[in-house]
Amino acid sequence: MSFPLLTATAALPAVGAIATAAVPAARRSAAKWLALLVSLATLALAVTVLVRFDPDGDRYQLTESRAWIAEFGVRYELGVDGIGVALIGLTALLIPFIILAGWHDADPLETKSSRWRPTQGFFALILAVEAMVIISFEATDVFLFYIFFEAMLIPMYFLIGGFGDRAHAGSDENASAQRSYAAVKFLLYNLVGGLIMLAAVIGLYVVAGNFSLQEIAEARANGTLDMATSTERWLFLGFFFAFAVKAPLWPLHTWLPNAMGESTAPVAVLITAVVDKVGTFAMLRFCLGLFPEASKWATPVILVLALISIIYGALLAVGQRDIKRLVAYASISHFGFIVLGIFAMTSQGQSGATLYMVNHGLSTAALMLVAGFLISRRGSRLIADYGGVQKVAPVLAGTFLIGGLATLSLPGLAPFVSEFLVLVGAFARYPVVGIIATLGIVLAALYTLVLYQRTMTGPVKPEVSAMPDLRVRELVVVAPLIALLIGLGVYPKPLTELVNPAVEHTMSDVQQKDPEPEVEAAK
Amino acid sequence: MNPVNYLYLAALLFAIGATGVLIRRNAIVVFMCIELMLNACNLAFVAFSRMHGNLDGQIIAFFTMVVAAAEVVVGLAIIVSLFRSRHSASVDDASLMKL
Amino acid sequence: MENLIALLVAAPLLGAAVLLCGGRALDRAGHWLGTLLAAASFVVAVVLFADMLGKGAEERTLSQHLFSWLPVEGFQADVAFQLDQLSMTFVLLISGVGTLIHVYSIGYMEHDERRRRFFGYLNLFLAAMLLLVLADNYLLLYVGWEGVGLASYLLIGFWQHKPSAATAAKKAFLVNRVGDMGLSIAIMLMFTTFGTFAFGPVLEATGETSEGKLTAIGLMLLLAACGKSAQVPLQSWLGDAMEGPTPVSALIHAATMVTAGVYLIVRSGAIFNGAPEAQLVVTIVGAVTLLFGAIVGCAKDDIKKALAGSTMSQIGYMILAAGLGPIGYVFAIMHLVTHGFFKAGLFLGAGSVMHGMNDEVDMRKYGGLRKYMPVTFVTFGLGYLAIIGFPGLSGFFSKDKIIEAAFAKGGTEGWILGSVALLGAAITAYYMTRVMLLTFFGEKRWQPDAEGHAPHPHESPKTMTIPMIVLAFGSVFAGGFFGIGDRFLHWLEPVTGHKHGHSPLSAATVTGATVGVLLIGVALAYLQYGRGPVPVTAPRGSLLTRAARRDLLQDDFNHVVLVRGGEHLTRSLVYVDHTLVDGVVNGTAATMGGLSGRLRKLQNGYARSYAVSMFGGAAVLIAATLLMRAV
Repeated sequence: MSFPLLTATAALPAVGAIATAAVPAARRSAAKWLALLVSLATLALAVTVLVRFDPDGDRYQLTESRAWIAEFGVRYELGVDGIGVALIGLTALLIPFIILAGWHDADPLETKSSRWRPTQGFFALILAVEAMVIISFEATDVFLFYIFFEAMLIPMYFLIGGFGDRAHAGSDENASAQRSYAAVKFLLYNLVGGLIMLAAVIGLYVVAGNFSLQEIAEARANGTLDMATSTERWLFLGFFFAFAVKAPLWPLHTWLPNAMGESTAPVAVLITAVVDKVGTFAMLRFCLGLFPEASKWATPVILVLALISIIYGALLAVGQRDIKRLVAYASISHFGFIVLGIFAMTSQGQSGATLYMVNHGLSTAALMLVAGFLISRRGSRLIADYGGVQKVAPVLAGTFLIGGLATLSLPGLAPFVSEFLVLVGAFARYPVVGIIATLGIVLAALYTLVLYQRTMTGPVKPEVSAMPDLRVRELVVVAPLIALLIGLGVYPKPLTELVNPAVEHTMSDVQQKDPEPEVEAAK
Repeated sequence: MNPVNYLYLAALLFAIGATGVLIRRNAIVVFMCIELMLNACNLAFVAFSRMHGNLDGQIIAFFTMVVAAAEVVVGLAIIVSLFRSRHSASVDDASLMKL
Repeated sequence: MENLIALLVAAPLLGAAVLLCGGRALDRAGHWLGTLLAAASFVVAVVLFADMLGKGAEERTLSQHLFSWLPVEGFQADVAFQLDQLSMTFVLLISGVGTLIHVYSIGYMEHDERRRRFFGYLNLFLAAMLLLVLADNYLLLYVGWEGVGLASYLLIGFWQHKPSAATAAKKAFLVNRVGDMGLSIAIMLMFTTFGTFAFGPVLEATGETSEGKLTAIGLMLLLAACGKSAQVPLQSWLGDAMEGPTPVSALIHAATMVTAGVYLIVRSGAIFNGAPEAQLVVTIVGAVTLLFGAIVGCAKDDIKKALAGSTMSQIGYMILAAGLGPIGYVFAIMHLVTHGFFKAGLFLGAGSVMHGMNDEVDMRKYGGLRKYMPVTFVTFGLGYLAIIGFPGLSGFFSKDKIIEAAFAKGGTEGWILGSVALLGAAITAYYMTRVMLLTFFGEKRWQPDAEGHAPHPHESPKTMTIPMIVLAFGSVFAGGFFGIGDRFLHWLEPVTGHKHGHSPLSAATVTGATVGVLLIGVALAYLQYGRGPVPVTAPRGSLLTRAARRDLLQDDFNHVVLVRGGEHLTRSLVYVDHTLVDGVVNGTAATMGGLSGRLRKLQNGYARSYAVSMFGGAAVLIAATLLMRAV
């Protein structure tokens, strides 16, 4: 038996979380360094996974399989395809930056007793989320996936509800009430989605007799497992609902602006760049993999929902007065693009959607973390409280602009590649859908540039006149993200080569071929 | 004598006990009524044991007595401590256990 | 030789990276580094040009494949360059004028503390613009296309502390994005039609698809061109873009970037040739913009905005020519190049005037400057003569050809287009003479400002005048060099193709008419502005003048319909999201809460009521069991 690399990648942050939580109250900075170290070690393991993974090899690689709850056919089965590897890489990459960006976000307030240990808790929770997200990307057993899909709500709940912006912490009762409202909303929304999925998981067991993704998919493909059309559709809806809540897709999105608005910037990044990706990833792996016919049946409705998300999210972003809520609505628009790419059922669309997941993680992280640095300096989330920042803090403004340009998918930066692929993929099969989605790029420019203009340009407001520029720690967070955004925008080939074979498999799952061009042009 | 009559008696005792539980406020009396209901059940068990000609019912009756004894100990302790804090033995005065 | 192509883009890109990432250490030498790298790009361009001239017309196209950019199943995008005569023309223009404007900016931006960043942005612009014209496929062109948009955004908003500059920058980017939408839809259409979007395969295969498809692609490309080249209806950003520093207006908003739309249409000639209806729309857009820009140019008192109106109008000429098909492509590009010289020169001259006049832009507060700024006066004057099409100068050759080609289109269309082009020439002569008279002739009209600083007009430093002199040289001779003996035609013909049109009017008639309307325009302007004193505050003017001052009310239309409408839409959507979508969620939660509130009333804490429910429940159960038995 070879070394269980996938288990190790998920277990390391889990162990790290326990260790971090156990650090004594007085040794606060030791907890931070421990968490950072663990996240870096996890990144090293994730890189090993990436290296050991052969894009042209089997569909699922580095597989592990053990009996777990034999009575119900639940197995501990792990395995990754190219899409999973890419997303594990993204997760492992972002967590160190999230930890570093939130370095001081959970320092205890003076007024509390010395036994209070928020710092340890904060970083332990982040690592716990990382562990659960990674194992969700690895699980090829539906039940195993379900457990961690749900369990990550617990640490997320505490991260949202327990740690607000420094600016609002302590005295402001109202902020604290808002925060717990956001946390409860997040929990209930996702719990409802999760419970409906649980019903579908049980239903799947009743129909299929086990939980193994590969076995069920194989049995469905060679006809040994016959599912009534209506059964398949109901099961599909159960799964899809949960993923659409997590993704989040209109009209199940309203938890996201609250959750992202009230939590600290690193936690907001954790939500939108990492945790939410489990939703879109699961659509690709479980919805399309297990229920191909039902997926095709539901495509028209889902495409409409995705389009509404794109346009609606962007329009609402334009109307926001709060920086973080603006980014949240922008993310809703971007998730619309991802879902559009997945359900366009073309190679370009699905490759684009996978790339979009990675690139959206990077771009939102860059924008949101810089926004967090900005907010921590002035103590306000309102756009109107800023103005002229670029005069006093040019580096901060510059990085904010690059994050914004990535959000509006400027060519040359990574998100453009994925957005264009999604658009082309959608257009190839549904031209009207493609054209409407293209409107999103104009709106994206609108909300990003309005945000930049109102906060960064114009006369310097007295409140921001003494604002310091980015510190070394903050630069260490932002610079690599920007380098990656540019690097993957100019040379996305390694990523596409990783993803392409997996996409081909998914395309064969749903038995779809790309539409042929009208003219076979001379090569 | 027809053993069925014992069952009638048991039903009567149970009904008296149940009524007592429902209409009396004094905790001691409610308690005694519960005992009455338990013993009505015992009587029914013993009667069934006799009717079916095996000992199962009698064994269960013994069990019930043991459990009832334990219950008396705990119950009386609760009533006494309640009386100490409230200066009353009325069950309606102890209504804090609501949402 | 082809390996040099990447250097063209790489040099300014390197400059941008170093200047923007490097810290204050580069503040003192940054502008020299930026200028040097722009010049390096120009030198490489000249080397490639010399090499190209040495080859036969058919072997001149060079291509360089750098790497595979975006390989996805059935979708192939490469980073690859193609250098043919058309690209070469642009490369020389961009890197040449670009270098001159770098030199000019050394003087112009001398007192700006963020000069290093300015040069970084300029280098970024050069890199993006060169990428745009060198790309061998539409997707890579799109990268350059948006790249120049970004550079333009950064440079228009360079003085970000001014809210007007920041707003203008945002507006330019947004309007351009609308155009970019057209470009991306065009690329998607190409992909679904041809399975590729590389120039070669697409343009060769145009014959194999339907006219409808080609028309759709053509119209989308036109939308893109309208955005970038400030053509009606997406022209509104160009006037505001004058908020940027003047060298930027000269390079980006006159000589190079705004002409990218013309490049796109000429490059996609094969598509338009197969779609006559799209071509017709192109000519209409060109003709409308030609008049629109000219009318706006007549009414503006801000010297840069008057020139911006003129730019719009001149690009209208180019678009009109490009819409004429093979009879016009070459002339569109020829006018583009000569326009690059004289308009850049005019803008630099305007910048020089502003430099000497404390950044005053109102021409009504100039007057009589020819005595104070002789070099500026002469170079500006030569540019002026070139743009109005004074016989023998650059503009004469290129504009005349376009007017001729418009008539040659034939039919009623030809007559209409030709007359519009002639009318445009008259108005051009009028508004440019107005600019000239207001600025350099007449009485001096400047006064001390509120703080008592009177401007002291003076000639600009050498770094500024030398580029102006070089450009004036180009304005005078380029047209003759290109036009006489059809040199330019032979140079470009292998790429764009050319067809001689049969004009209903003889060439001499057209030339005569052009010169005639020119004289009329000049005379009218002289009658109005040359004879008497000019009021410092503008008179109220006619209805048309007032509308033209407000850009023919296009901004007002946009404001009412798009801005206001958009604000209402987003505001109501925010409300809907909060009350309706979220309301349903919160409502569900509240209903659940209310229901459980009711239910919990049952939990009243009275032990005896619990006992009642227990007995009741037991009784019901027993009754049910008995009933089941009975049944």
